[in-house]
Amino acid sequence: MTTPVRPYGDTLDDGAVQLSFTLPVPFGPRGREAARLLVEKLGFRHAEVVHSAPLAEGFSFYVAYGRTDVSVDFDAVRVEEATGERVYTMDEACAVIREKLGRKLVVVGACTGFDAHTVGIDAIMNMKGYNHHYGLERYSEVEAHNLGAQVPNERLIDYAVSVNADAILVSQIVTQKDVHVRNLTELIELLEAKGLRERFVVCAGGTRIGNKLAVELGYDAGFGPGTYADHVATFVIDRLVERAAARA
Amino acid sequence: MESRLHLPPERITRGRELASRIVAPVQDFIDAHTTVTVERATLRLAGADGADADGVPVPNLVVDQVRDRLEEGALRFWVNALVRTGDDVVTLSRRVAGGFRLDGIPLADPVSLEAKAAELVSAASMRVRGNRKRREELLARHAGKNHSPLLYVIVATGNIHEDVKQARAAAAQGADVVAVIRTTAQSLLDYVPYGATTEGFGGTYATQENFRIMRAALDEEIERHGRYVHLTNYASGLCMPEIAVMGALERLDMMLNDSMYGILFRDINMYRTFVDQKFSRMVNAWAGVVINTGEDNYLTTSDAVEKAYTVLASQFLNERFALVAGLEPWQMGLGHAFEMDPALPDGFLLEVAQALMAREIFPEAPLKYMPPTKFMTGDVFRGVVQNALFNFASKLTGQGIHLLGMLTEAIHTPFMQDRYLALENAKYVMGSMAGLGEEITFRKDGVVVKRANQVLEEAVAFLEKVEGTGLMDAIATGLFADVKRPRDGGKGLDGLRKKGEGYWNPFETHLTRELGLGGGR
Repeated sequence: MTTPVRPYGDTLDDGAVQLSFTLPVPFGPRGREAARLLVEKLGFRHAEVVHSAPLAEGFSFYVAYGRTDVSVDFDAVRVEEATGERVYTMDEACAVIREKLGRKLVVVGACTGFDAHTVGIDAIMNMKGYNHHYGLERYSEVEAHNLGAQVPNERLIDYAVSVNADAILVSQIVTQKDVHVRNLTELIELLEAKGLRERFVVCAGGTRIGNKLAVELGYDAGFGPGTYADHVATFVIDRLVERAAARA
Repeated sequence: MESRLHLPPERITRGRELASRIVAPVQDFIDAHTTVTVERATLRLAGADGADADGVPVPNLVVDQVRDRLEEGALRFWVNALVRTGDDVVTLSRRVAGGFRLDGIPLADPVSLEAKAAELVSAASMRVRGNRKRREELLARHAGKNHSPLLYVIVATGNIHEDVKQARAAAAQGADVVAVIRTTAQSLLDYVPYGATTEGFGGTYATQENFRIMRAALDEEIERHGRYVHLTNYASGLCMPEIAVMGALERLDMMLNDSMYGILFRDINMYRTFVDQKFSRMVNAWAGVVINTGEDNYLTTSDAVEKAYTVLASQFLNERFALVAGLEPWQMGLGHAFEMDPALPDGFLLEVAQALMAREIFPEAPLKYMPPTKFMTGDVFRGVVQNALFNFASKLTGQGIHLLGMLTEAIHTPFMQDRYLALENAKYVMGSMAGLGEEITFRKDGVVVKRANQVLEEAVAFLEKVEGTGLMDAIATGLFADVKRPRDGGKGLDGLRKKGEGYWNPFETHLTRELGLGGGR
């Protein structure tokens, strides 16, 4: 069975899409027509530039609408999320840790390299959490160590070893020129060089990081926007329980 | 502006008294010490510039040569070499870059050293005074053309030449202030890179040449639009004083410059930071620069409602550290931020209470108001509304410097259109409700008045506690920003030196006198 889906404006399958962009051309009728042609070339029918404005000398801004015939088969869509539909609440997570691990879960987190943005790692780890989802520090069965920002990969690893961590969480917010990819790769390479890769569950997170990218880079999982501590805890616990079962 | 929040003046006075008592012992420590970057900043004022073939800046080369004798002040060796060789500063800089050593040259007589130093101080003074005068003239010529609050935008391409395009566009769209964000690693570099740069991550290196390039471009925009465009950079991190000097020399108008930010949020050693911030602030004071402090950071790491008092407490401390470094109230862009959870009922009222409270407690300071970032989600449409409310709160409460929120916050560094949309948003909201603040009084028993009084009380109580503990121990035990920073921990401690009996720094002496500060040596 196939279920083709298209964007929905006000009628099923109308394919309505909203776009906005800047062109490096002066504001005026030619710019506007260029914008419309561009939207048509993108494959949209009924391309319409509904607003344009001058931005600066030689730059102009456009808001446009168009309709597309393109569709995707929703039945064939597969995602690679780190966690499935089932996510533990904080209390459930703590209960599973007590029952299945029988000791505290030790998690070390940091924003690594030169990245100074702690907002991501703080959202997952700080007591307060984010958007009414408590962070790992609040979990009674989790021993959470948030090392903060600009932590060198080497130091993160040394620290994780020193507290005998189960999991390492790495946040990367700055992605300009793919600096995050280099940084994330370095951590995995260091872990492998030290023969420590299998000792930890290693997760990456950040605004431009998904599970697919993280797994490709050698992580156990990756977490993007909309992630809360619940998701991370669920993944780490399930992975540890799996590993314990495999060893038994 | 009459008090609309019914804040008890004696509690505000108490806050200031406590700040003064908290800062005093730290000040004694500061006055007895110097650092590698204070010495390098002094050398920069004395004309040391350039870099060697490996990119090591000349001020670093000099300080490294005399590292074991820094307690005497590095300037002595520089001035002595100028006297002994007869070189001018450009020639001597070039020779140092080529490997010439200053530490082995026999010392000239004190009179000729003093005379040479006086000449260098006078040259630097002329340049800085000239910059100040130029700014004042331009501001006077274009009086009334800037927005109130000043609309402040950021460029962050990593390439100074691309930054220039973005900054010119922002100026054309109505921006009053352009800040060039630094590359993400720079705060932890113990040197300032040399020359124009085109590679950075999340921002552009602060270099003197980059400052000059951007200043020249914005000066053209000032002429074109008949509106002053302020240039901002970051006198923070391990090179606070040097960047302040570069800004003074190249006529920057504002500097991000906080007395404790580096300690708490960058894990820079506290002794180092306290000494560095003092010298950097003296330079900023002298150059007529408006500093912007970093209280917004308390709220991105902790909850903005619970920890609101830490912002006010930090504002009191930043004000005190600024005063004792010679900054005047009009130069104190004390920071705060619109960072409460949008889902919080009456959250907007609490934001207004906080912003108006700061306005009333620091009536002459051009408060720096930072936009929502923590609860920006990637929903650009909701982001526009959050920014509109922020703009509304800012105008309503008479803020001074308004960093525009970007609808694409949390997604990417701003596109050209993001800045345009932010400026349009602010101009519309602030124009449409411009007079509203003057129309409004708040109920004495209402949410806003109660909240402002509560935050003031909490801040005073917190400062009492800090005063009891001592500022350094308070930081070490985690009273600020939920983070513990031990006295001898953090980066940059090895760059701290106790001043010796014979410490010689005529620039510091000059600044101390010019700014009417007591003490100093």
